[in-house]
Amino acid sequence: MAGESLTLIGFWGSPFALRVKWALELKGIRYQYVEEDLSNKSAMLLQYNPVYKKVPVLVHDGKPLAESLVILEYIDETWEQNPLLSHDPYEKAKARFWSRFVDEKCVPAVMATFSKGGEEQQKAAQEARENLKTLEGGIEGKRYFGGENIGFADIAIGWLGYWVRIVEEIVGINLIDKELMAKLDAWIDDFLELPVIKECMPPRDKLLNHNKAFHKLLTSSST
Amino acid sequence: MAASQEEVTLLGVTGSAFVCRVQIALKLKGVEYKYVEENLGNKSDLLLKYNPVYKKVPVFVHNEKPIPESLVIVEYIDETWKHNPILPSDPYQRALARFWSKFIDDRVVGAAWKAVYTVDEEEREKNVEESFEALQFLENELKDKKFFGGEEFGLVDIAAVYIAFWIPIFQEIGGLELFTSENFPKLYKWSQEFVNHPVVKESLPPRDPVFAFLKRRYESLSASK
Repeated sequence: MAGESLTLIGFWGSPFALRVKWALELKGIRYQYVEEDLSNKSAMLLQYNPVYKKVPVLVHDGKPLAESLVILEYIDETWEQNPLLSHDPYEKAKARFWSRFVDEKCVPAVMATFSKGGEEQQKAAQEARENLKTLEGGIEGKRYFGGENIGFADIAIGWLGYWVRIVEEIVGINLIDKELMAKLDAWIDDFLELPVIKECMPPRDKLLNHNKAFHKLLTSSST
Repeated sequence: MAASQEEVTLLGVTGSAFVCRVQIALKLKGVEYKYVEENLGNKSDLLLKYNPVYKKVPVFVHNEKPIPESLVIVEYIDETWKHNPILPSDPYQRALARFWSKFIDDRVVGAAWKAVYTVDEEEREKNVEESFEALQFLENELKDKKFFGGEEFGLVDIAAVYIAFWIPIFQEIGGLELFTSENFPKLYKWSQEFVNHPVVKESLPPRDPVFAFLKRRYESLSASK
């Protein structure tokens, strides 16, 4: 499609921007990437996402979109090669359900495990473990959420495994139990090994250090 | 659209805005379904079987396949019964519809409830402000359209039934002047248009019992101060 302009405004450490990158790369779509300094948000970001002022933002021919899951669906509908969502409405509903479940339940619980201390942290960790176990059910014994090949839910959820393992290392609490959540653990490994997926990921050390610093900031301000 | 062998069931509770969203969608599409009223204080085995993750209503069951989460259900309905579309056909417009529906769930639903149903005054005020801000975004987004969906209502309108029917009830109970024609002239006009649309009107619960229930909740909250 000649003459189209496509820009992704993101942040290297943002898992939500990563979702969009994965989708674009999987479909072989060319785009311009703009790194945003979240401590000093650009006028462009504020103009394109006045509601949330966050990344990722996708701008296609001057038309901006925010909210990573909304962006993923837009990408899938606009560029039909390597479809992310199934054609079957029920399979689509399941993919949407699990993607939202992660954002609404898993992320806050893991975030609370990361940022709180003491009793609150233990409670959050327990909740996170329960949610992750529930999430495992969504794989339904398949190789990926999408079946034999990765799909929408895998792209939406895949970063969670990577991030949770970093959180586990920083706070010293186990969230993904390798025995009780063997299927989830295997899926994470499988997914993160895929070449396209691996290529887009930020280097582990960089992400670990970045999250260590973030952790220090969160926990020192609570005392 | 082989309607004859279809089994369509909706598990819900009267008075739930989220259940109402699904009912509007089904009415718009003219889909016949069996409605099962749940007792949330004593959840049925059926509900626990069909929504083990959240154990909430609405749950939509189509030929034994269960789907929870109102907006996920509404999209499923739109994709399964294709006449009277709820989402537009253009991908960018579809994305905007999804964005604003999600915005309503993320920024309006919780804040508007807490703008009334919060004991702590400072916390309550904060939610009033947040609700106000959120409604302002929607006022600006609506512009001069009849509905968010254009000439006919769509996904955002359906998601916003919460604003059109439920927020006025909360504010009457809590003595709050939040969603008024002075504060939000376009949104207010939209709400009148929307609740009076024949499809929506037939799908809304009767106001008095919903008011009474929500008022009792408010009174028990204030009593616990």
